Amino acid sequence: MKEFNIEPVSIKDEWRSELRKSMKAKERTAIPRVKMPMEDPEKRLKGNDEVNKGLTVAMAVQEAKRCLDCTNPTCMQGCPVGVDIPTFIKYIEAGDFMKSVQVIKEDNLFPAICGRVCPQEVQCEKLCIYAARMNKEPVAIGHLERFVADYERESGAFYLPEIRKKTDKKVAVIGSGPAGLAAAGDLAKYGYHVSVFEALHELGGVLRYGIPEFRLPNHIIEFEIDNLKKIGVIFHKNIIIGKTLSFDDLQEEGYMAFFIASGAGLPKLMNIPGEHHVGVMSANEYLTRVNLMGAARHGYDTPVFYGKNVAVIGGGNTAMDSVRTAKRLGAERAMIIYRRSFNEMPARIEEIIHAKEEGIEFINLNEPVEYFADGNGRVNKIKLRKMELGEPDASGRRKPIPVKGSEYFLDADLVIVSIGVSPNPLISMHKPELKVTPWGTIEVAEEHMKANLEGFYAGGDIVRGGATVIAAMGDGRKAAYSINVYLL
Amino acid sequence: MNKVVAKENLGKNVIRLEVEAPLIARKRKPGHFVIIKIGREGERIPLTITASNAERGTISLIVQVVGVSSHKVASLDVGDTVTDIVGPLGRPTHIEKVGTVLCAGGGVGIAPLLPITGAFHEAGNRIVSLLAARTKELLILEKEIGTVSDEVLVMTDDGSYGKKGLITEGMEQIINSEPIHKVVTIGPAIMMKYTSLLTKKYNISTIASLNTIMVDGTGMCGACRVTVAGQTKFACVDGPEFDAHEVDFDQLLVRLAGYKREENYNYQKFLKNGNCQLSSK
Repeated sequence: MKEFNIEPVSIKDEWRSELRKSMKAKERTAIPRVKMPMEDPEKRLKGNDEVNKGLTVAMAVQEAKRCLDCTNPTCMQGCPVGVDIPTFIKYIEAGDFMKSVQVIKEDNLFPAICGRVCPQEVQCEKLCIYAARMNKEPVAIGHLERFVADYERESGAFYLPEIRKKTDKKVAVIGSGPAGLAAAGDLAKYGYHVSVFEALHELGGVLRYGIPEFRLPNHIIEFEIDNLKKIGVIFHKNIIIGKTLSFDDLQEEGYMAFFIASGAGLPKLMNIPGEHHVGVMSANEYLTRVNLMGAARHGYDTPVFYGKNVAVIGGGNTAMDSVRTAKRLGAERAMIIYRRSFNEMPARIEEIIHAKEEGIEFINLNEPVEYFADGNGRVNKIKLRKMELGEPDASGRRKPIPVKGSEYFLDADLVIVSIGVSPNPLISMHKPELKVTPWGTIEVAEEHMKANLEGFYAGGDIVRGGATVIAAMGDGRKAAYSINVYLL
Repeated sequence: MNKVVAKENLGKNVIRLEVEAPLIARKRKPGHFVIIKIGREGERIPLTITASNAERGTISLIVQVVGVSSHKVASLDVGDTVTDIVGPLGRPTHIEKVGTVLCAGGGVGIAPLLPITGAFHEAGNRIVSLLAARTKELLILEKEIGTVSDEVLVMTDDGSYGKKGLITEGMEQIINSEPIHKVVTIGPAIMMKYTSLLTKKYNISTIASLNTIMVDGTGMCGACRVTVAGQTKFACVDGPEFDAHEVDFDQLLVRLAGYKREENYNYQKFLKNGNCQLSSK
């Protein structure tokens, strides 16, 4: 999929061989992994500022020296979009940060976002030779990615990708989340007229309504979207495909292919008694109120509950985002209730560490069985039971088994349920010919993201059910590539 | 875009706005609603589309002032724009010819009732409409309902207009005087609870349209969930209309009151800060 290469970079290039020889491998491996500068936990809780401050130039160059520029870079196998990791890192070591970011952008248009939210520890960094073979901390690939992306943005000298010959063919992208943005970027580069249709009043999908400011500042999303506008992508807010406009309408307007990236939908609930009490809500609702609607900001109209004892049910990234938000909104106790242990927790390690630093309590190996309410119907108590881990289940994780007679009560005036979502139902309700799985996700052939109907492609959470930002971006790129092949 | 082209006072603190929204006007069917938002700081609020004009590219919305957001909507003047409108949302009403339909609306619930009444009328049903309000000046759309009904009866709690009494009393009289094949009931949740109990007693199929709390309104947040026939349903994508006999109205009532304290506090603060444009006009 290397369609837009600047001059190909080879590991055999002279500058690179020189660079490699400039330092002995032993010296490189002796350098300790860089520590990301962070906002002090006390200070974090008083505002909404980003926790990770970003590396300095000196830190980034030093960290880049650790990379051994392996002949067979296993790190790249861990990257869902195949970023040329050693090359971008070696450009950092050489001090050419602009070139470095261009290398990343051949495969990933949004390094400022991915450098912040990718789970590198289970992707590229997990397969880095330091981690995989030397039992050392891996090269901080994510931190370096973020560094060059931020460097470029702050330099003002922004590199816009080259557009191939413009065609007059039109492609519609449904949803402006990570999958939609990635597809739109590539399709624009291929030369298509790309329109992105967003249901909400702001662009960015989960990057906007889901991921909090302290993890991914809004100005970064806006910057990336502005760059897509500069290469010709047109964004339409407040349009729901299947409601405001149908696929037939779009076809009549000349759209020849569709990429459906309508994302996650309705929250999953546990179906336990008391789940409909006031103050028991989904993480989607809580985060949407705070992030998209600005509920906690001065002068904004949308209300949100400020719980004193907040219990978040679940152990994923969304659960961490919710519990850390609750702590920032003044919770005395902000607790994670998770039915397995830290070992099985799906959240990124960095988020768990940050949460611990901020005083989040982890009540692991516990699950709620019932919620209780006061006279006004507002939740005030949870009945929990303890769990123990049995044999691994279908997911490969050890299955939690309730401990008999272990029920007890916990005070909670706000409960946020974060156990997953089902795919957004609107598109499949509107287009019943589109083949969906029994779980409601759109069925696609994974190699090209094509759905069962001619000209229809899909990716991101509407296909995966619930996955990472980078997986969604990978889908978007793959679909853009297939759409280009289809329309050529 | 989204320009207000007409504004009308319908009653005490109830106004009707006609807003440009050509795409929505083209697609909208009875039963549909929109989500609107006023200003950057605004809240997303659901409002039923009471009428639309595809030629003019407009939709009509009716709002009763009860808090900050509805106050902001009501403060819009002709020429102002609604910052965001999205829709049409929800499932349209299932319209069929059944015979005689009793359309029972209370308070501002008469607004969403109007297009549904019109559609049942157009489908060839005999329409008996029963409109109820606390007092005369809160009664809206009597004339409009009249144009799509074979008979209209009015009731007020205080007897200031029409017959004095509760809507259920009027309904029971109608049910006893002629065969009713379907009931559509829209109004405050507490009213729908009792109208629904009544029609259940008489075993008449009944539709209720629920005005739940919503945030995104597009099938994402789950704030609008209600229990229908023992199952969790989402008013924004599964509704807003449900089989009234299966709705857990008690739960709905509690959930609707969930943000009352926050909302009242915000509204008092809003009024105190001199944002009271409505009363100054």
